[in-house]
Order: sequence, then C-alpha cells, then structure tokens
Amino acid sequence: MKILIPGPLLSYTTVREVDAGGATLTDVFIDLDRQYPGLRFRLIDEQENIRPHMRCFVNGEQVSDLMRPLHPTDTVQIVQALSGG
Amino acid sequence: MVRSTRKQVRRPKVADRAKATAARRSRRVVVLVATRKGAWLYHGDVSRRTWRVDGPHFLGHIVNHVVLDPRDGRTLLAAAKTGHLGPTVFRSMDLGRTWKEAARPPAFPKAPGGAKGRVVDHTFWLTPCHENEPEAWYAGTSPQGLFRSNDGGMAWEGLPGLNDDPQYRAWMGGEQDGTPDGPKLHSVIVDPRDSAHLYIAMSSGGVHESFDAGRTWAPLVHGLEVVEDLDPANVQFHDPHCVRLSPGDPDRLYQQNHCGIYRLDRPGKEWRRVGRNMPKRVGDIGFPMVVHPRDAETVWVFPMDGTSVWPRTSPDGIPAVYMTRDGGARWRRLDSGLPGRHAWWTVKRQAMTADTGDPVGLYFGTTSGELWASRDEGHRWTCIARNLPEIYAVEAAELR
Repeated sequence: MKILIPGPLLSYTTVREVDAGGATLTDVFIDLDRQYPGLRFRLIDEQENIRPHMRCFVNGEQVSDLMRPLHPTDTVQIVQALSGG
Repeated sequence: MVRSTRKQVRRPKVADRAKATAARRSRRVVVLVATRKGAWLYHGDVSRRTWRVDGPHFLGHIVNHVVLDPRDGRTLLAAAKTGHLGPTVFRSMDLGRTWKEAARPPAFPKAPGGAKGRVVDHTFWLTPCHENEPEAWYAGTSPQGLFRSNDGGMAWEGLPGLNDDPQYRAWMGGEQDGTPDGPKLHSVIVDPRDSAHLYIAMSSGGVHESFDAGRTWAPLVHGLEVVEDLDPANVQFHDPHCVRLSPGDPDRLYQQNHCGIYRLDRPGKEWRRVGRNMPKRVGDIGFPMVVHPRDAETVWVFPMDGTSVWPRTSPDGIPAVYMTRDGGARWRRLDSGLPGRHAWWTVKRQAMTADTGDPVGLYFGTTSGELWASRDEGHRWTCIARNLPEIYAVEAAELR
C-alpha cells in the first residue's frame, strides 16, 4: 500500500511516497523498517506506542491503534505534529 | 573493599615522560560540540591557537553527546534525537564524513501486557569501555538507564542489574525527580585498572559502584549532603551533577554535586566537601567538573548561582573558572579573557572538558552558544566560536 513519509524521515527513504505491505499498522512499520532500517524506532517507542509528536492517518482518519487492520488499497500517512521550537 | 586484583598505575620513567610530553605537544586536538540543534567539530592546529570548524552535523537534531573513541583515535559516537523523532545513536569511522545509525539503539524492555514500561527519551551520556575491550561502549539515558554495546555502538543492551532492580528503580524516582530535561544517568566511569570496576551517577538517584561489570551495584553517597530538610540516608534524594575520576590517580574521585564540591579517596567511602574552601560569595554550586589528565590534585569547576530560586548562571553575571592545585584545599579564580560583567552564562555538566596537552587545554561551552578555550590550564581564555545553538556537551580528543 501507499505510505506517505514526512520530511524528517526522508533521510531514511529519500522519497515522499513508498510502498509497504502488512495486515495492520504494526506489520506495515515492520516492513518499513526492513526496507529502511532504523525508521521504525524513530516513530514507535519500545512499548509499541506511537511517539508523542508523531501521528498516523489511514485514508485521512487519525489512527493510534497499531493493530488497526489495513487493506492493500489503503493510504497510510505519517505526519510530524506541528510543535516544537 | 576495592578489589586487590587491580593493577597499580605504573609511573613512567623520566625518559618515557619526556617522550610522552613531546608526543602530546605534536598531537592535534578536536573539540566535539553537541548542541540542541546539531553537532560541530573544531579542529585545532598543533599550537591550539586557530580552529577549523566542521559542521553542522545532524542539523536540527538534539545532540546530547559526541565522543571520540580514544582506543582508535578516529571513531565517533553521537547520541541524537529530534523534538519529534525517537532517540538513536550514530557512529562515524571517518571523523564525521559519514555516519551510520545504530541498528538497535538503547531501549528499555517491552513491559508485560498491561504494565506501563519505560521509554528512553534520549541517550545522554556515552563512555568508551576499558582499553582492553575494543568496540565496547556504555551509554546512560534519560530516564535513568545503563546500556552497553559490544559492537562499536551499533547494538545496545540494557544492564538489568541496574535498570530492572526494584531498589534502584525506587531510587531513580519518577519523571518529576530529575532535571528539567528529564532524570538522567550520567558520569559512567570505567576504572582504567579494572574493566569490571564501574561508577555511575544519577540525577537524581546518587552515585553508585559496581565491581562486576554492572551486574550488581552499591551506593556510594556517604558524606554527601542533600537539599535541606531531606534525609541524606535516602539515596533517592542525592543529586550528583558530575563525577570524575582522576586519570593520574584512579583512586581519587571528584564530584560537583547539587550540594557542593566533593572529593573521595578510595578505598575510602566518605566524600569530603572540599567546596567549603571556595570563596563564600561564589559558593560551590555548579554543573561541570574537570580533572587534570596527570595531576590528581588539580581540578577545575565553573561555579553558578545556586541561591534563592537557583538562577544557574555565573554569580553576579561575572563568569569565572575556579582551579585547585591541592585537591580542593585552596581555590583560585581564573577569569582572564572572560567578560567582566553582564554575562549570565550557564555551563552544563557535560560542557566543560580538558585535553591531555602540556600545558593542559581547557574548553567550555555555554547555553548561549559560545565556545571558550584556554591553552594554558585556565589562566587565559579566548572565545573560539559564537552564535552556536544551546551547547549541551563539549569533549576534547586527540587525533592520531
């Protein structure tokens, strides 16, 4: 499925749009980390939670449950929250 | 008891010392500056008069520590995160031309179902292991955790004897029991005579010692004071800011604590507050502590205002380094070249260091982004960089 990558993670993927597979968000992030080693831990902490200033959207809907089922036609967008300084 | 198996530090012969002095004078120093927005490397000429800047590295990353491996003189590790992305460690084997990210950065174990597990917010401290353990490193994190890598910083494992010990977890306290930037494990020290003999410090949580490479630990807090009305018998209340071992005498430790400057002579276990000998109008509060690379009696500190609400700035806005040449009995103010007024500086615990030159070069960085150096053991200071981001750590290393 299509995964949209935010700017801060382009050091891993180099492109804004990549493909990854999986039946859940957890699977998708594992596949992304296989393709782009290190990317997952920047997004997901060791307790399997999305880090505080990161967001995931599936087809435009914000999702925090990493076990959320996905379909091959879904679009997953990873977004960096508008915070910081 | 200190283990009797440790070897004594051999005192070199006169000819060897002369050779070592000549070698020290011909080495080039690189000053590694970690900031809230990236890292910079300042390469000095042989005389340490002019500096060439290399950077930024990791622009926009919060870099807490950059350390050069003294065992090979070329490998760098950097502890980094961003305001949004999780913490990681980078390694360079070509002095920063290229960097490789750790495959498994420091991380706590996943908690069993339903339990709330700890999350590493950032790696705060990096220490190369013993010279006989090439490629091995220790890392201290926020919140407090101790990790070890045996492969040059690529894969890290926690030390459960500390990280998961119920008593130690209690002494670590909660999120509110540390610095404004989070509770930290820092000052990871390896005894140069014994790779299994370690010291660590926690803010808060006290100073601790291990004789078995971190499997078991014991507090080392006797003699240290705590904030008034708290009980010094409670290890949780101890806040060591920076602990250093003297390379010239590994049985001598110094400490800049939240409550003063201390010295400890092993195998003794009682810290002595040598900061009582500082001028009263200056006090003995601060963050960093620097020891001479060869003379255990010589130490430098950077006092800050610890009165009222703790401004943590240079007292009266007049920065100064203080030096002792006799183990803390007497202290001398060293401020030549530093601003004489209106300089409300803060120097963090990792942001002051020494090289091994002769005379020793000293370096410190301020939270207002200035990097200062002295090539004569603190007698005269010059600013070698301005307008950097908030400086978190400064390390000096010698290139081979």
